[in-house]
Amino acid sequence: MSFLLQQILLEPRLALKLNNDQLNQLLSQARSARLLASLAHQLQNEAVDSLLCTTVSRHLKSAILIHDKQQRDLAYDSEKIKLVLDSISERLVVLKGAAYMLAELPVGRGRLITDIDILVPQQSIDKVERAFKEFGWSSGYVNNYNERYYRKWSHEIPPLTNRKRGTMLDVHHNVLPPTASPNVNASLFFDRLIEVKPGIFTLSWQDMVIHSATHLFHEGEFQHGLRDLWDLDRMLRDFPGRDPQFWQGLVSRARELELQVSLFHGLTYAQQLFGTPLPEGIVKDTGNWLTSLRKPVMDFLFLRAFRPDHPQCKLPYTDLALRMLYVRSHLLRMPLYLLLPHLARKAWMKLFEDDGHSRESPKNKEL
Amino acid sequence: MPLLRQLAADDFRQRLAHGKLPIRVGPYIYNVQSNLPTVAAGVATLYRDFRIADPGEFVDYNVAIVHSGLLQPIRGKAKFLFDKKSPFDIIPSGQAYAFLEWGMNWCVSVHTNEYLKLHAAAVSRGDRAIIMPGTPGAGKSTLCAALGLSGWRILSDEHAMIRPNTTQIIPLCRPVSLKNESIEVIKSFSSDAIFGPLSNETHKGVVAHMKADLQADSHDTKPLQATAMVFPRYARDEAQKLSPRRRTDSFILAAYHSFNYSLLCEAGFEAMKTLIENIDCFDLVYHDLDWAVNAVNDLPDRQSGL
Repeated sequence: MSFLLQQILLEPRLALKLNNDQLNQLLSQARSARLLASLAHQLQNEAVDSLLCTTVSRHLKSAILIHDKQQRDLAYDSEKIKLVLDSISERLVVLKGAAYMLAELPVGRGRLITDIDILVPQQSIDKVERAFKEFGWSSGYVNNYNERYYRKWSHEIPPLTNRKRGTMLDVHHNVLPPTASPNVNASLFFDRLIEVKPGIFTLSWQDMVIHSATHLFHEGEFQHGLRDLWDLDRMLRDFPGRDPQFWQGLVSRARELELQVSLFHGLTYAQQLFGTPLPEGIVKDTGNWLTSLRKPVMDFLFLRAFRPDHPQCKLPYTDLALRMLYVRSHLLRMPLYLLLPHLARKAWMKLFEDDGHSRESPKNKEL
Repeated sequence: MPLLRQLAADDFRQRLAHGKLPIRVGPYIYNVQSNLPTVAAGVATLYRDFRIADPGEFVDYNVAIVHSGLLQPIRGKAKFLFDKKSPFDIIPSGQAYAFLEWGMNWCVSVHTNEYLKLHAAAVSRGDRAIIMPGTPGAGKSTLCAALGLSGWRILSDEHAMIRPNTTQIIPLCRPVSLKNESIEVIKSFSSDAIFGPLSNETHKGVVAHMKADLQADSHDTKPLQATAMVFPRYARDEAQKLSPRRRTDSFILAAYHSFNYSLLCEAGFEAMKTLIENIDCFDLVYHDLDWAVNAVNDLPDRQSGL
């Protein structure tokens, strides 16, 4: 059931045994999964990259250069973002990829980002948005329906773009939409922030893992599924060394946030795909009778979703599984009485109101 | 390694349809796939003298232009695929060939960084190699095509790839993209020009590609020493002139026209510095192609100062 990219990420030295066709497949799978720079780092760690032919290693070097550029840009952009938030006495709390990179964690090595995600207290969201707009950020075109959707049902505001630099910023006030069934009290995150650079905060190590798992298992599109699972694996290998209490507190923290089911899935699949070392019993502690009952169905869905979007990685029924996960993500996001009109409206807009956004557009991504 | 034109017609079509057509372009290998007849015709015409890589060689870029599903051929739509995924929106089939070429450019623009990449055409003749950066519409492709039809070797129409800390250009010869009036201008400039399929109503207007490998050594992979940088600018109502340009200005403009100057960071600065310090820079304002070709032919030899 394993695929090339997964094998080489775990055992970089195996790359030396691959023929050129397989190397082409490996790079192509890694690019599809947005893991090329991460793969490059894994190969570099074991000094395998220098043993590969230069026609291959030049692509790995290029990916690392792209990551390095993002890291530099992020250092600059985060300072600018901090200034905006300073002006209204709010703290800068970065999430996901930007957080991993700014905290200089192993999980950030080779991580590629498309935007910067930040978390602000819900009561400050209007103030924050106004401040960013004053400082040269704008939200671009969002049609009326999407605008209302964001304001009412979403846990973030329409993405902001820096007019000068083109940097994209997602401002969140929670990790899940207010309509989602786990009702997350986002203010709990603010009690445990870690200052990773002067004035730049991230979630605590435990919260970072819980958030990453939550994001992954509530998401409807899985182009980055494998990458997000790789993030989890890297964090779960790294954080116990930073905080001896990491494992003890993880499950109770997830319960406190009502996100233990996501954590259960995260731990299960990280271990299943990447052999993440976990303390005994932890999977059982996070799961319950319902998660065990649903396990075979979830396996069917997620083991397909976590394969790179590449024909060589496709299992039978992958398309079906992805469609079911898409529906699942919507069911998790809001109750049916809201969901059905929403999906009808989206379908209508897709048919008749093609607003010309490309598929990669962040505006279409989240809704 | 056979040339593409040495493949039997059936074999060529089969390979193209099934994505088994690895074409060698400069230092890279593109594996090209398409089930569209216009794309097949374009590839057969414009890449006929390109080498097919041996089976088992490492492929750098997997690209495809395909109809997918049952409806796309009927609706006249196709999509560009890179690594079997579509990075762009679906396109009308009539633009398929142009999109294949742009997609192939995009692979280099986005995914390679072992060289300093300038958005520039590059040509060579004898011991001279000239880099011609230019904004879209400045006439770099038109001039590049005209020079190619006048005995110069076309090294690239889009990417001048410079090996860092040298003045070496890495040849990356692919068809020259001509737009709108330029197509007729080149047709009347020389009857030797060979064109691929016309793509209508693209975001750049009408586009046609010209066969660029017109010299015996067009597919040599050996790097060439750049000797000059010429900034062409087509201007109908201005006096034509070739004038020396200050190195400092040229540095800034060339950096602006680079795909990865800032990505390479200090290495990019050093690479650009080495390049600019060791070549001469010129502005070329033109409206008559014959005049412009002569001006480039007569470029003065390397001078110091400026």
